[in-house]
Amino acid sequence: MSLDEGVGAAEAAETDDEPVASVELAYGVPVTTSHGQQVLHPSREQLVDTVRALRDDGYLMCIDSCGVDYLTHPGRSLPAGIQAERFEVVVGFLDPAARRRLRLRVQIPADDPTCPSLFAVHPGTEALERETFDMFGISFDGHPDMTRILMPEDWVGHPLRKDYAIGQIPVQFKATHS
Amino acid sequence: MNPADTPTASDAGQAAAAAATAGKISIEALDAALVHLTSDHAVLRMSETKAAEATAEAADAAFEPADADPVTGERMIMNMGPAHPSTHGVLRLILELEGETIIRSKPVIGYLHTGMEKTGEDLTYVQGCTNVTRMDYASPLFSELAFSLAAEQLLGIEAPPRAQWIRMLMCEMNRLASHLLFQATNGMDLGAVSMMLYGWREREEVLRFLEMVSGLRMNHNFIRVGGVAADLPDGWRDEAMRVLEPLPERIGEFDVLLTNQPIWRERLQGVGVITAEEAIALGTTGPILRSTGYAWDLRRDQPYLHYDEVDFDVCVGTYGDSYDRYAIRLAEIGESIRIIRQVLDKMPTGDYRIQDKKVTPPPRARIDESMEALIHHFKIFTEGFKVPEGETYAAVESPRGELGCYMVSDGSGKPFRMHIRGPSFVNLQTLPHLMADSLIADTVAIISSVDPILGEVDR
Amino acid sequence: MGIVDDVKAEGFAGLEHNFLTGKLEDLVKWARIRSCMPATFGLACCAIEMMGAGGPHYDLARFGMETFRASPRQADLMIVAGRVSQKMAPVLRTIYDQMMEPKWVISMGVCASTGGMFNNYAIVQGVDQIVPVDVYAPGCPPGPETLLHAIITLHDQIRAGEITRRRDRNGGGAGIQLDEPAPDAAAQPVHIGTN
Repeated sequence: MSLDEGVGAAEAAETDDEPVASVELAYGVPVTTSHGQQVLHPSREQLVDTVRALRDDGYLMCIDSCGVDYLTHPGRSLPAGIQAERFEVVVGFLDPAARRRLRLRVQIPADDPTCPSLFAVHPGTEALERETFDMFGISFDGHPDMTRILMPEDWVGHPLRKDYAIGQIPVQFKATHS
Repeated sequence: MNPADTPTASDAGQAAAAAATAGKISIEALDAALVHLTSDHAVLRMSETKAAEATAEAADAAFEPADADPVTGERMIMNMGPAHPSTHGVLRLILELEGETIIRSKPVIGYLHTGMEKTGEDLTYVQGCTNVTRMDYASPLFSELAFSLAAEQLLGIEAPPRAQWIRMLMCEMNRLASHLLFQATNGMDLGAVSMMLYGWREREEVLRFLEMVSGLRMNHNFIRVGGVAADLPDGWRDEAMRVLEPLPERIGEFDVLLTNQPIWRERLQGVGVITAEEAIALGTTGPILRSTGYAWDLRRDQPYLHYDEVDFDVCVGTYGDSYDRYAIRLAEIGESIRIIRQVLDKMPTGDYRIQDKKVTPPPRARIDESMEALIHHFKIFTEGFKVPEGETYAAVESPRGELGCYMVSDGSGKPFRMHIRGPSFVNLQTLPHLMADSLIADTVAIISSVDPILGEVDR
Repeated sequence: MGIVDDVKAEGFAGLEHNFLTGKLEDLVKWARIRSCMPATFGLACCAIEMMGAGGPHYDLARFGMETFRASPRQADLMIVAGRVSQKMAPVLRTIYDQMMEPKWVISMGVCASTGGMFNNYAIVQGVDQIVPVDVYAPGCPPGPETLLHAIITLHDQIRAGEITRRRDRNGGGAGIQLDEPAPDAAAQPVHIGTN
């Protein structure tokens, strides 16, 4: 369930009868603060428009884009109305002229691990999104070259997922002579 | 050149130290840059298997020139790397060539992928610095600093003042070492083989200082969560002065050898040009962005540690070419010397680690005396200290650009997600655009001016 | 014309002090030791220390090794300096195969020797899984002095002829058998176990 598309309004959850407390909004999406840093929570559908709005407001640089797999930590805190999904794509932005930063956290469901690509707005996300695809299996729609970047092209599996083992081999010790 | 002065780049105006705020970039200019950055004009978006097939096809086509397509028939896909003599690590480039001109290219990476972000989830916060330090192995202390700052933000603690000044000292020394390594390898790549020896001669002195303080020449694991691993040893001030004294004169030697030399200028000026809008659209930071004239340096613009209490200039270029990038790094050596001298004057006394029992292991002597100290030591080194749940991003200005750490904690003793934003990874995306329509002979100069460290590209 | 006079005066005894005699084998080993050209195979942090060993303080040039040969055909020694990832392993083997005999391998650093601190999916746990190694140099990274020690150890091994003897015993290698991959190998990609 994603956040309703209503702009500038805090919507009650579909399955919730009680009105939720009003959520603070910035650029039309819920915003929270984490350790003094502003965090926006757009839905996948809102992502590209939000990023364009941010760019018009001065956030010219997309600094970072990475994925997170919350499989083993589902109970994290999110603003009201945001449904926690298995994956998150976290995109950081920088406004050099005003010297401010913020980041976006987009929820990506496990059964449909796709996300709109920011390549058309910030071409610098090309390699970053390829890495997220390689490591998490989140596919970015609209990306010109959605292939693996770090692992060999024929690798199976997405290493940074929580259900992918680290792949340790047991350390062999020489037999001690008694 | 007066050796007592910190050196500035030569008077050609290529790298004027500027205290100006970041220049104004218009959305229209950015959109114009986007048009060709998002096109297939410079980036060869071809999978590796397809590139291998295309190479084979081209080899076959070479024997039947009559059937070749008149426009693209002369084009050839060539592979450069991953084991090639440029000393920048295992970077592979797939080049689409027309004669000697590079039409499009694609950097292929992953040859040094070490799974460090996965390993980071398996190590405690105490061990975490040993992991991240091996990412950018030319300036490892910056990676440790970013990691430590992120963890400290999550913990809600701050390292004591002396620890922060020690961190600044070590980081600026590391910046010296990294830029000297750049001068050495850049020189050697371009044919000035003796630069390798000169750059390393200076770098060895800096490494000697780093070894004296941290115990290691590289991959120090010195900057840790809560402070630094150990206090500065006796005699550190003299040793630091001993390192700094001859440097301005030696940098002057580099200047004489390279900066005004006609061959050097011919090889670097106008080679690998990028505009500020292109750099910003690609997320580039560090000397590459500053070479376009855009003055953005995290130490001045979003200061961390105590960089707002020291005086230094941000070096910018004018033309966005490789020459500017070389001159900026040379000038930044001078700025780092300046910062270190101020740090030597301003170093406060105090603790080198936060005295929080839950985070900092107790001093070894106390373990013999106090049961509580023993238990804390045991807990910190076996299961690690627990970090409150949360997520944060901390960034520092490494010699390559913005080095950031995005850390998510689930309340346990190991990071739930530790992502390092490596500046070289993002800067490498400029490579196809820098190399478009240039000659093969300029490839090495361009790669060298981007100064990638493949450890932080591939992680 | 001192030699000629000596021979006229004393016969072949007059030649003695102007000639050094020895075994051809020793001469060959001497030449191999003194011109052991390393191939450029720096991968990660150890490569930086390898460059440092070539720098003025530690100076590989006094061993005749300061020119790192870019072409593996011209190189005698492959110093695997750094961690070998899964993607890099076939490239490493290709470079090793292109080197001409006699060739030697120094595994520099713990990552090349055993996988080092990275016991995970991405790193080959020891380059001796791919190429036969003659000397292992531990360290993370080993300082230039350790690398020099490894090189001198290798030189001692060459001088002792140990390596040629060992290769003859093993049939010319470390006993590594490489099978040609099955034609449909691409259809069975690498699979790492999951929890």
